[in-house]
Amino acid sequence: MNTIIRNGRIIDPANQRDEVADLLIVDGRFAPLSQLSTLKSQPDEINASNLIVSPGLIDLHVHLREPGFGWKETIESGARAAAAGGFTTIVCMPNTSPVADSPSTIAWIKDRATEVACVNVLPTGAISKGLMGEELAPIGSLAQAGVVAITDDGRCVQSNELMRRAVEYARMVGLPVFDHCQDYDLVGKGVVHEGYWSTLLGLPGWPSAGEEAIVMRNALLAELCDHHIHCQHISAAGSVRILREAQARGVRISGEVCPHHLALTDDRIQNFDTNFKMNPPLRTREDVTALLEGIADGTIGILCSDHAPHAGFEKEVEFDTAPFGITGLETELGLFLDLLVHQNKTVALARLLEMFTVNPARLLQIDAGTLSPGRPADVTLIDSELEWTFDASRSQSISRNTPFDGWKLKGRAVRTIVAGRTVWKL
Amino acid sequence: MTQPNEMRWQRKDLLGIRELSSGEITFILDTADAFKEVGTREIKKVPALRGKTLVNFFVEPSTRTRTSFEIAAIRLSADVINISAMSSSLTKGETLKDTAKILEANHADIIVLRHSSSGAPQFLAERLRSSIINAGDGAHEHPTQALLDLYTIRSRKGTIAGLHVAIIGDILFSRVARSNIFGLLKLGARVTLVGPSTLVPRAFEKLGVTVSHKIDEVLPTADVVNLLRIQHERQRKEYFPGIGEYIRLFGLTKERARLLKPDCLIMHPGPINRGVEIDSELADGAQSVILDQVTNGLAIRMAVLYLCGGIATP
Repeated sequence: MNTIIRNGRIIDPANQRDEVADLLIVDGRFAPLSQLSTLKSQPDEINASNLIVSPGLIDLHVHLREPGFGWKETIESGARAAAAGGFTTIVCMPNTSPVADSPSTIAWIKDRATEVACVNVLPTGAISKGLMGEELAPIGSLAQAGVVAITDDGRCVQSNELMRRAVEYARMVGLPVFDHCQDYDLVGKGVVHEGYWSTLLGLPGWPSAGEEAIVMRNALLAELCDHHIHCQHISAAGSVRILREAQARGVRISGEVCPHHLALTDDRIQNFDTNFKMNPPLRTREDVTALLEGIADGTIGILCSDHAPHAGFEKEVEFDTAPFGITGLETELGLFLDLLVHQNKTVALARLLEMFTVNPARLLQIDAGTLSPGRPADVTLIDSELEWTFDASRSQSISRNTPFDGWKLKGRAVRTIVAGRTVWKL
Repeated sequence: MTQPNEMRWQRKDLLGIRELSSGEITFILDTADAFKEVGTREIKKVPALRGKTLVNFFVEPSTRTRTSFEIAAIRLSADVINISAMSSSLTKGETLKDTAKILEANHADIIVLRHSSSGAPQFLAERLRSSIINAGDGAHEHPTQALLDLYTIRSRKGTIAGLHVAIIGDILFSRVARSNIFGLLKLGARVTLVGPSTLVPRAFEKLGVTVSHKIDEVLPTADVVNLLRIQHERQRKEYFPGIGEYIRLFGLTKERARLLKPDCLIMHPGPINRGVEIDSELADGAQSVILDQVTNGLAIRMAVLYLCGGIATP
């Protein structure tokens, strides 16, 4: 089955391409237009006038909750939410039950994804056994089983020595190391940003230094081991500064930003609504400004959702006992387009898409993120001007824990194509 | 009983002082004046809440606050039951929401909640028709304690506006401190927080108060000193080096008390660590109004239950 996408604005950052043209898909892969005349039958046509034709978007930070927490999300439902958000590839975190710290669990996730997921699902493996931060997980075996990175996401390896060995070992097997940056001593029982609102509301504070200390640690270890460490969901101004300074010296360290850390600040917690409780927490206007600057100058090169579904009954509890996290796959593109392109003019559209496509693909060393002929035909059609309202009750996710219900957004994926097949259409 | 002024009370819940206007605070204090008089009668009971059911729902242990609410409710002729965390289904894994919904289904008119999580009373207030009274939530607010403190100060000093009130001790973890700060500032007092920098961080200055780490510089100008309990049971050891050093730097010793104005009030929400935050004799001395606070607490809680209980329509 072949398809031709007509008259769209093709933006392919990997090839620095931005032009109105047609895009041909033959047997699930991109093909040069010259091949059109050799096809035995006419390809299906998709009219993409006034739409952006982007390489399929990649979200490298998603919690799919399986195995073990199927009441929050499943691989099937999470993949559907991804497709509805315009994502053709998602990377799932290992904090499942059992923890994804063994080849058998990785094999289970991959098998399950093949069976039920409508988008590409790439698993990560744990850094430490059981995410306990005490012993290395079998990182080499995990690499052979097909993980694209190792991380203890949701938790953070506290021992600098163990982290150093993990990074050294990961270098040997060619896996990037992702890290959820949180110093447990400094953060303690913190549930919200330590500042004015934590002081006013008497909620335990999570100081920015609790993130920055680990980002700094990672900069030192990335340099020591000459290997890549990717700092997940960066929220604090100081973290951006540390990344910028380390990158300037050639250290192999990167960072990612989630939309909620740009769209929201810590004043939102004043009604104790647990849909504003996430880890790392919402911070201040100054932090948002620093994140925007980091995105503008390239310090931050990857955008992600940290899609973290939780059931209503789990979130509808006292603020300090509620689980951290919000869903994000379906609102992510709209929020980033709105915040970074329409409102703040932080980046041009092509650069925004670069942060969703070629940049994560390079970090993960995967065959995705471009429209080059021969590559798997993962495509996202985007209407960047479409104004729409997010209705959480109609979400594809099993969970509804989002602070963005009812938000008016500008820009949305209108069609998601994986390996040449449309998996979602507005 | 006559209404003390023209204001009409409109809240079914009392969640904190921060959300109240100065007019509302004054209205509660004025209402408490009337109930204070009831406490001096031979028959101390009025029928204001007859037929209403009040649940003292204390998820975090408390004796003095729970007792005060219980006596206040009994004097208003409400029927009272007490539930502690140990005796509730919370220990069986029931959520706070479910437990509270059960109470409402049992026609509880008023729920007095003490909880270790900031925001728990608001959580219930948004979900129940019952009247929710915050009896202390985490380090957030303890509104009736602040109201009884304000009432005690007003009774002794005639007014709150223009007074200099020093709150001394563990401010960071104190809901009493926060509620007092909000109430005192709304009624025009000047507030200085005193204590070690770990327990009185500078972040409090943004609330409109002065932060000091030198108690001897603050005491001479204070009209009221409110000493908070050093809660060593809920702290990690890093907050200060030890009790001995705390007393040396911040304890209200007899020697330090000489710096106080003769008419400066000494207050303490209790329970007191005698010999730690305050010298034992000072706690019982002429400047101490600690027992007044307890008695006034009854009048304040009667006023609050009467006002909010009159709004609730389960």
